[in-house]
Amino acid sequence: MRLKIPANFRIVRLPCTGKVDIIHILRAFEKGVDGAFVVGCMEGDCHYNEGNFRARKRVEQAKVILDKVGVGGERVKMFNLSSGEGPLFAQYAIEMDNKIKELGPSPIRLAKQKKAKTAA
Amino acid sequence: MSELYTQSRLEKVLKAGHLGVTSECGPPRGSDAEEVKKKGLLIKDYVDAVNVTDNQTAMTRMSSLAACIHLKLLGIEPVLQMVTRDRNRVALQSDILGAASFDIPNMLCLSGDHQSFGDCKSGQNVHDLDSMQLVQTVRYMRDEGKFLGGDAIKRPPRIFVGAAANPFADPFEIRVPRLAKKIACGAEFIQTQCIYNIDKFKEWMRQAVERGLHEKAFIMAGMTPMKSVGMAKYMKNRVPGMDVPDEIIARLAGVPKDKQAEEGINICVEHILELKEVKGVAGFHIMAIEWEEKVPEIIKRAGLYPRPQV
Amino acid sequence: MIIAKKKPIEEIIGEVENYDRLLILGCNECVTVCEAGGKKEVEILASALRMNFMAKGKEKVIDEKTLERQCDHEYLEEIRANIDKYDAIVSLACGVGVQFAAEKYQTMPLIPGVNTVCLGANEDRGLWTERCQACGSCILARTGGICPVSRCAKRVMNGPCGGSTKGKCEISKDVDCAWQLIVDRLKALNKMDDYEIVAPIKDWSTDRAGGPRKVTREDVKI
Repeated sequence: MRLKIPANFRIVRLPCTGKVDIIHILRAFEKGVDGAFVVGCMEGDCHYNEGNFRARKRVEQAKVILDKVGVGGERVKMFNLSSGEGPLFAQYAIEMDNKIKELGPSPIRLAKQKKAKTAA
Repeated sequence: MSELYTQSRLEKVLKAGHLGVTSECGPPRGSDAEEVKKKGLLIKDYVDAVNVTDNQTAMTRMSSLAACIHLKLLGIEPVLQMVTRDRNRVALQSDILGAASFDIPNMLCLSGDHQSFGDCKSGQNVHDLDSMQLVQTVRYMRDEGKFLGGDAIKRPPRIFVGAAANPFADPFEIRVPRLAKKIACGAEFIQTQCIYNIDKFKEWMRQAVERGLHEKAFIMAGMTPMKSVGMAKYMKNRVPGMDVPDEIIARLAGVPKDKQAEEGINICVEHILELKEVKGVAGFHIMAIEWEEKVPEIIKRAGLYPRPQV
Repeated sequence: MIIAKKKPIEEIIGEVENYDRLLILGCNECVTVCEAGGKKEVEILASALRMNFMAKGKEKVIDEKTLERQCDHEYLEEIRANIDKYDAIVSLACGVGVQFAAEKYQTMPLIPGVNTVCLGANEDRGLWTERCQACGSCILARTGGICPVSRCAKRVMNGPCGGSTKGKCEISKDVDCAWQLIVDRLKALNKMDDYEIVAPIKDWSTDRAGGPRKVTREDVKI
């Protein structure tokens, strides 16, 4: 099964989305990403019972913070799917890619570019 | 400062440009109103209004409002003192309306001495509002015709609002800014703490005048005659925020015991005569503690009698 | 422990706007346990502030540090060597820690990053509730181990008041009636006779009403 997915994102593998903390999401944005999405198992199917529920809460908190600091909470999203749903993963990746392209670059990335230019 | 907002005689006297004179009566520690009436009648014709203290030094007494009503019924104009120590904003607003229902036209807003000074040392204190917020509250109720909660008041209180100022407490550099704050909150008249350190008071007044505060509120100088050298020493050492210079104590100590009271009156009269000439002093608040019978003499000798008819 | 709640980030942004070099200072005690001001919260706040200022094109130094305790000289001393590197400190400690830091560093502006709420317990995941108001003279022995001072909205000493309905307080159905809890406990302890004992008028002089409190122990002073 060879599926086309956007080539402009990196996958960070974790044993469980329960490992995702707010600070991980924030750090990604601080470093200049335009968007981030967390993909967890189906709700109710977590091997650790509630890892993906914890992740969802943290994504929600990160959204609030990103909104308040002027980056935009809609740049981060949580998806759920089972390990056998490759096509769905591709679909979510495309969906997120389109969404971020629509939003344009993150203000942090723009600020970083501007700073790099003035430095050069 | 000439438009009249209330029926207060004190307001009229001050706004007509006369030196105002007030004194005070402490309500009794019992339910016999004759005591407070007697005190009131002693000074009735010598003052524009009479402050009625609110459980001063946190000693439980007859309520200030009840005592005010007794005086008002005798034709004496009361200044209702209200402290924020014992009542929350519900009770304070309610009592303001109660006072207004008897057309008590003046109020002095205070925070009140801490209960540890009084006879209920183990009691709670409320301090839901502080004295400045109480000033704001009365002004809001009067000027906006509303409760703090925002609802309209039927027949809003018409009360001339005062606050206290202590020119002597520490730190000295904020004494005038604090006065400015009280005036900004809406205090229309100010009664000061008892003045014995004339030089320091003059310096405070100079700073207040420099900021134009004397044009925004009527500043009445607080005066308390000393009964004895013992009282002077007690005031100096035991009463917080009181500044009694050593000269005063020496002067009282320099006369025989039976002449000390007379000397205390002399000092008080001299101080009033001196302060009458100080720019910004709009009147005098004479607090002869449990010595009301001496008030007429002080006022006459200080050239403040007869009181203007307004 | 002391329960605190994170201040809204926009409030903190408003307070620090005019400082260029900030230290976000966490505390490893109570505020860590109630997830308001520990190392994690320091990281999140620092990151959020950095992004906010970056997005506004401002360049600021925002450093992070979490002390073992902010209510102790010993730990607060740890920042002394580097204190000159900052224009202000945002302290995520409780009000005690913020003040203690302020007392120690006289010319350093201190901005609280949390609201200190109460003395309470970790009742459940994400739920902290008040248990004590430090009135200074404990009466729990007489009230079935449940405190009417901190848990009754009227602080009634001989309750319940007439507003107690089905075990709940008149101020809200979400608030237990402390006196219902007391009665339940007294029953369970077989001590209902104690209920009839009239609680005397309380001495509040040991409470905050009596002024700032202190404990002096000559036996442990050096």
